[in-house]
Amino acid sequence: MKYRGKVIVTLKPGVFDPQGVTIRNALHTLSFREVEEVKAGKYLEIILESENCSQAEKRIQEMCDQLLSNPVIESYSYQLEEIKN
Amino acid sequence: MKFGIVVFPGSDCGYDCHHVLSQVLEAETVFIWHGDKNLKNCDCVVLPGGFSYGDYLRAGALARFSPVMEAVKEFAENGGLVIGICNGFQVLTEAGILPGAFLPNRGGRFICRHVYLRVENNQTPFTLLFAPGEVIKIPIAHQQGNFFIDSPHQEEVKKHIVFRYCGPQGEIDSRYNPNGSWENVAGIVSREGNILGIMPHPERAAEEILGSEDGRRVFLSVIKWWEDKKWK
Repeated sequence: MKYRGKVIVTLKPGVFDPQGVTIRNALHTLSFREVEEVKAGKYLEIILESENCSQAEKRIQEMCDQLLSNPVIESYSYQLEEIKN
Repeated sequence: MKFGIVVFPGSDCGYDCHHVLSQVLEAETVFIWHGDKNLKNCDCVVLPGGFSYGDYLRAGALARFSPVMEAVKEFAENGGLVIGICNGFQVLTEAGILPGAFLPNRGGRFICRHVYLRVENNQTPFTLLFAPGEVIKIPIAHQQGNFFIDSPHQEEVKKHIVFRYCGPQGEIDSRYNPNGSWENVAGIVSREGNILGIMPHPERAAEEILGSEDGRRVFLSVIKWWEDKKWK
């Protein structure tokens, strides 16, 4: 079966995010004064073959732990969906 | 003694290191390809600066999976001398060989200029030719040099700080912190002291014509340490 994992990697709370600050400032310049905070992160879409959903989930978690996120500064979340032909 | 410089795709400071080691200091120096699985009997391995694997995902994140890194890790664990410069430092943290991680610079910009560093510890193989507290001038060139360490590990890492960003008189102040690094950290060693991670580029400050010779002593220290050890 084919699955699509949608992984979102974000900085942990309290880790300084200069990208987010710069984007927030740019939004303020564009008069979006209501913006209080912007957090920048990464979005990764992973298509994988797997026997079943729980196996795919396990593999996605391993990928996140070993490579896609750096546990010192980042945390991750993901969604998994089956790709039907 | 023999130096080995690891070549990752995208590492562009390896030739500067090779020039300083082989031409300026006349030490035996070889390149080690990232696909190699052995370190060619080198006594000191240098992970040079640059943009390994295009800095994709996170700086240093992909280089750590190169075949050569298995050998580097084993070498380091057995007490071998390892120097990670700039991106090489990022690779060492990503590989878990040194603690911490790197965030983008506080100001969000790439910074390339000379900075002052204070030598916090001269009892390492990389700093024994410096005086304690000596202020030296070495250039930085990075976008993600903002050293971060999570609070449970701060006390431990504090003991292993070797270089800190400072003012011309050695003042440690946020004014002289170019990138927002925790505790003005510019360089640390491993717990056993055989692995150095340094964000500034000592190889770019090894000849008078380049504005500073202070970086040369990092490499000379290693050579002296090695020679002294040989006679022990």
